[in-house]
Amino acid sequence: MKKLSILILILSSAFAYAQTPEEKGLEIAIEADKRDQGFADSSSKMTMTLKNANGDESIRKMRSKTLEVQGDGDKGLTIFDQPADIKGTAFLSFTHVLDADDQWLYLPALKRVKRISSKNKSGPFMGSEFAFEDLSSREVEKFSYLYLKDEAVDGEDAFVIEVRPNYKYSGYTRSVVWISKEKYQPLKIDYYDRKNSLLKTMTVSGYQQYLGQYWRPDVMVMANHQTKKETRLDFADYKFKMGLSERDFNKSSLKRAR
Amino acid sequence: MIKTAVSCALLFGFSQVKAGEWSGYVAAEYRGFTQSKLDAEQFDKSSLSLSFEPEFYHSWNGGDDSFTFVPFARWDEHDSQRSHVDIRELVWLHVAQDWELRVGIDKVFWGVTESQHLVDIINQTDLVENLDGEQKLGQAMLSLSLIKDWGVLDLYVLPGFRERTLPGKDGRFRSIPEVDDHTVYESGAKDKHMDYALRWGQTFDDWDVGISHFYGTSREPRIIPTVTPAGLRLVPYYDIINQTGLDVQATFDEWLWKVEVIHRSGQGETFNAFTGGFEYTFVGVMDTAADFGVIAEYLYDDRGTNAVTAFENDIFVGGRLAMNDAASSELLFGIISDVNNRTRFYNIEASRRFGDSWVLSLEGRFISAGSMGGPFSSIRKDDVIQLELARHF
Repeated sequence: MKKLSILILILSSAFAYAQTPEEKGLEIAIEADKRDQGFADSSSKMTMTLKNANGDESIRKMRSKTLEVQGDGDKGLTIFDQPADIKGTAFLSFTHVLDADDQWLYLPALKRVKRISSKNKSGPFMGSEFAFEDLSSREVEKFSYLYLKDEAVDGEDAFVIEVRPNYKYSGYTRSVVWISKEKYQPLKIDYYDRKNSLLKTMTVSGYQQYLGQYWRPDVMVMANHQTKKETRLDFADYKFKMGLSERDFNKSSLKRAR
Repeated sequence: MIKTAVSCALLFGFSQVKAGEWSGYVAAEYRGFTQSKLDAEQFDKSSLSLSFEPEFYHSWNGGDDSFTFVPFARWDEHDSQRSHVDIRELVWLHVAQDWELRVGIDKVFWGVTESQHLVDIINQTDLVENLDGEQKLGQAMLSLSLIKDWGVLDLYVLPGFRERTLPGKDGRFRSIPEVDDHTVYESGAKDKHMDYALRWGQTFDDWDVGISHFYGTSREPRIIPTVTPAGLRLVPYYDIINQTGLDVQATFDEWLWKVEVIHRSGQGETFNAFTGGFEYTFVGVMDTAADFGVIAEYLYDDRGTNAVTAFENDIFVGGRLAMNDAASSELLFGIISDVNNRTRFYNIEASRRFGDSWVLSLEGRFISAGSMGGPFSSIRKDDVIQLELARHF
C-alpha cells in the first residue's frame, strides 16, 4: 500500500513536469514572439516574381511599412509600384488577434478609399501563391500548436511544430512549421488545404539579424504543389525604429501614400 | 537626438530615391454603336479616340512636401466636345503631424455606394469621358485636413467652377436637341463664385461614417428648355445650392452595408436623395482563387419624376468577379431598373493585364428605354461596346 502511494506520487510528479506536445509547441511560439518584440516599426521593399507552370514570369514591386501594436495585431501599409497600371494603389490593414482585420484599399485613379471585406484571408495576394494570411502578422493566440519533433533544414537545427489557425476563414486546416532553434524564425512551412492535402511549401532563406535582435529573411519562395506555380519574394532595405506612429497608418496617410 | 537624425536621414534617403518621377498611360479606344443614330447630326457606327494621362511626382523635405502634376488629353474622331484637355492635378501637398494642406488643382472623392455617387460633389464630372460619370475634372482648391482623435475634418475653399462637359452636336449620348453652350448661372459671379465645403469622417470599429456640407455652384446643371429666335434650345442652368450629405459603410466580414443620403436646397424644390444597399462577397468561389461579389442598391430621389436624375426610384443589381490571377482579370456587371416604368440600363465592364504594362478593357452599355420621353429616351439608340487598350508606364 505504501509502495503504491509512492509510485503514484512519483508518476504524478513526473506528469506534472513532463511537457505535453501542446505545451512545448506553445512554448516555442511564445519564445518566437518574445524574441521579435520591441521593433516598434519597420519597413522594407519587396519584389515578387510570379512564375506559372510554363515558367512565364511576371514582376510585382511594392513597399511596406509595419507598426508594432502591443496586445493586438500589427498595423500595415503596403504601397504598390509595379505593374504600372496599379502604381499608387495602397493597402492599409489593422490586423487583430482573433477578430476580423480592418482593411482599406486606396484606388488612385478614382482617388477612392474603399473599406474592403476581411474575409479574403485565404485569397491570393496580388495573384501570387502567397495568401493574405501568409503575409499577415503572426500573433501567438491566432493559432494552436503541437510540437512534433526536431529536424534540421539544410543543416540548421529546427523544431517542427504543427500549427492550426484559430481565426475564421483560413484556407488551411493546418501547417507544419520548421522553426530555427537559433533564430526562432520559420525556415520552412508546409501548408495543408481545407481537405488536408499538401497545398504549398514555403522556404525561407538569407536570414540576417538587425539591431542585434531581429532576424529577417532576404527570400521567401512559395511553391504550390497542386498548380505547380511558384512565387519568389525578395526583400530589401529593411529599416527599423524610424519613429512611425498611428498617424502614418490611417485613411489620410493611405490616400497620400507614395 | 542621434536616433532622430538617423531616422530623418533614412526618410530623406527614401524620398530622394523617389524624387521627380514620371508615370501614366496612353490609350486607344474604339466605340462601336449597335444601332443607328437618332439625330441626323450625330455620327454613326463607330469612333476612335486616343487619350494620354502622364503624371509627374516630386517629393522633398523627407516626404512632408510633394508636388503632383497630372495633365490629361483626349482626341476623338467625331465629337469635337469630347476632344479636350484638362489639368486633373497640379497640387502642392504639405503634411504635418496632425494636419495636411493642399493648394492647387486636385481631385477628391467622397462616398461608399457603387451604383451612383450622391455625396461626391467637389469635382465636376467629365461626362464626355464616360457615361458612368466616374471621370472628374480637376478643381482649384485650398484644402486643410485636420487629423484628430475625434476624426478627420477636411475644409475646402473652392475658387472657380468648371462646367460639366457634355457631348457636342456630332456626339452620341446626348439630349435631343443638344444642350446649348450658352450656360446660365444663378450667381452674378458666374463661374468665379467662391464655393466652400467641409467633411468630417471617422471610423468606429466596423463603421466608417462621413458627414459633409457643400455651399456653392451645383455641379449638376438643370437643363432648361428655352425658346429662342433660332428655335427651342436646352440651356444648362447652374444654381447656388446647399447640400448636406451622409455616407456610412458597415463592414461585417463578407457583408458590406452602404448608405448615402443627401439633402439639397437651392435647386428648385428642396429635396432628399438616397442610395443604399449591400455587397456580399463569396470568397474562393467553386474552389478557385476567384471572389464573386453580389451588389444590390436602391436609388431614391423624392423629386420623383421631376428629378434631374434618372434614378428617382430604381433598383441596381450587379456582380463583381475578381479572378485574383496574375493578369488581374476582373468583371463587373449590373442592371439599373426603374421601378415605375420599364426603363433598364445594362452595364458590363471587364479588364485584364497583358504582360507588364498593357491593359485591355471592355465596356458595354445597353439601354432599354421603356417609354418615350423617359429619362433615357434621347440616348435609347446609343447602345455601345467599347474596347480600350492602354499602355501604362
